[in-house]
Amino acid sequence: MGKITLNAVRKSFGEVDVIPSIDLSIEDGEFVVFVGPSGCGKSTLLRLIAGLEDVTSGAIAIDGTDATELPPAKRGLAMVFQSYALYPHMSVRKNIAFPLKMAGMSAQQQEAKVQAAAKVLNLGAYLDRRPGQLSGGQRQRVAIGRAIVREPKAFLFDEPLSNLDAALRVSMRQEITELHQSLKTTMIYVTHDQVEAMTMADKIVVLNAGRIEQVGSPLTLYEKPANTFVAGFIGSPKMNLITGAAAQAEGAATIGIRPEHLDIVSDGGWEGTVGLSEHLGSDTFLKVATDAVGVVNVRAGGEVTLRHGDRVRLAPRQGKLHRFGADGRAL
Amino acid sequence: MARKTTTATKTLVTALAWGLGFLIFFPILWTILMSFHSEGDAIKSPFEMLLSPWSFESYAEVQTRSNYALHFFNSVVISVGSTLLALVIAVPAAWSMAFVPGKKTKDLLMWMLSTKMMPAVGVLIPMYLGFKNMGLLDSLTGLVAVMTLINLPIVVWMLYTYFKEIPGEILEAARMEGASLRSEILYVLTPMAVPGIASTMLLNVILAWNESFWTLQLTTHDAAPLTQFIASYSSPEGLFYAKLSAASTMAIAPILILGWFSQKQLVRGLTFGAVK
Repeated sequence: MGKITLNAVRKSFGEVDVIPSIDLSIEDGEFVVFVGPSGCGKSTLLRLIAGLEDVTSGAIAIDGTDATELPPAKRGLAMVFQSYALYPHMSVRKNIAFPLKMAGMSAQQQEAKVQAAAKVLNLGAYLDRRPGQLSGGQRQRVAIGRAIVREPKAFLFDEPLSNLDAALRVSMRQEITELHQSLKTTMIYVTHDQVEAMTMADKIVVLNAGRIEQVGSPLTLYEKPANTFVAGFIGSPKMNLITGAAAQAEGAATIGIRPEHLDIVSDGGWEGTVGLSEHLGSDTFLKVATDAVGVVNVRAGGEVTLRHGDRVRLAPRQGKLHRFGADGRAL
Repeated sequence: MARKTTTATKTLVTALAWGLGFLIFFPILWTILMSFHSEGDAIKSPFEMLLSPWSFESYAEVQTRSNYALHFFNSVVISVGSTLLALVIAVPAAWSMAFVPGKKTKDLLMWMLSTKMMPAVGVLIPMYLGFKNMGLLDSLTGLVAVMTLINLPIVVWMLYTYFKEIPGEILEAARMEGASLRSEILYVLTPMAVPGIASTMLLNVILAWNESFWTLQLTTHDAAPLTQFIASYSSPEGLFYAKLSAASTMAIAPILILGWFSQKQLVRGLTFGAVK
């Protein structure tokens, strides 16, 4: 079981309210991603759940019991740190066995559990090495192994992939997702990378300046962003947010249209000049300076051959326009 | 781009370095050389002294006049004892300063260091009277206590710098994994800080071994360490050059040997944290 509930959780460092007040419910077995720009309080929130920071006010419950005052070790959670936080003076075997040793498990049981974890994570050949002798990806696996053996109620990941190179990040991302599918344990994952959030999460929590902007499934956030912040944050390339006359014509303060929902048309629409065109083969990314709505990003098909300086007409696809009020909220 | 160095500049720099090294070492070398000659030869011109016959008579003389073993024993007790005592106090202090710092931690550290800026002679009278009243004059207990207190700021500072280098996340990981404070310090912090603790110990032993203000002021015989043993041969009257040299050589030999074998550790300790 691993149901985690936050009730009016507030955290301030001195005068600064890092997290003004957060209510959140994380269901058992869910993969929840906290996403937001750096400094939005997502790591602090995770550390509050872990017990590494004390809440200023509010309550945290794990499986229905109040855990607000419990020390980290008593919460039954396991954490994987950004820096991996492996013990440099211990072998991989001892690193993985450390939580078991702390729990007072017998040496035989420890070894059996370490072997099982090593098998899952393909670490069998490295058990006698020190962390310093491993690559980034292997260290990451050891950190995960150390978390798995405890059979925690929930796993907490603090930007675990940000120290890895791009290719390794994609494969580790898939490994963590597969791990979640096989273990079915609650996972809370912090990242600033919205691609990781979209691909891994059952539920995304978008944070900004210590506040929850929106909670929902990846597709909900993509299709129905609650406000301009979420609209701009989720999706790559970013949604075009347009103010002025074009927005007023739609009866909104701001309108949003995703780059992939702008079609190249032969007449009508917004006319403009191509500034930058990036041909990726599968897609073409265009930056177009339009006369009516300013510069917009467009994601067109790979077959589009427009170049710098070409004139083009763009029209938002039917039903894909997002409208936001003066307060930034979706209408 | 790597800096270009010609063979000529390299030779020059190497020669200069050796020259400087020799200059620094020279007083010790001369002391050793002088100790192996008779009193009469020791006061001759340097060249004549070197050509005069070598002898062990100064060493023999020093051995019969004073009790080297007693002073050696006192030096060991004072330097090692004060170091261990300082560590017992400094490890928890540095731990709390490095990992649970308060608002005033930096000020506290500065204040501790500032005590080292005061000339020792400034507190000689109150210290002496205090020692006299407590009956601690010429006692090992008193000297160990003084040495501990004198070097404590440096020990705390060194350990603090070491502990600061240990990433807090590793200790947090241990905490998450169910380690108590005791296990955290025993299984995670201490093994990672062993090199730091070792070089702090070494440096402190050397400092305490060579300390010669308080040891000379607060001891006469019973608790007198090797510094007092050397000083007893420094006399305004009579011929004592060779004996003084012999005593000095005997006093510095143990610490010189210790330093020689642990120089790698010492250098690492003193430059720790300078380069990441």
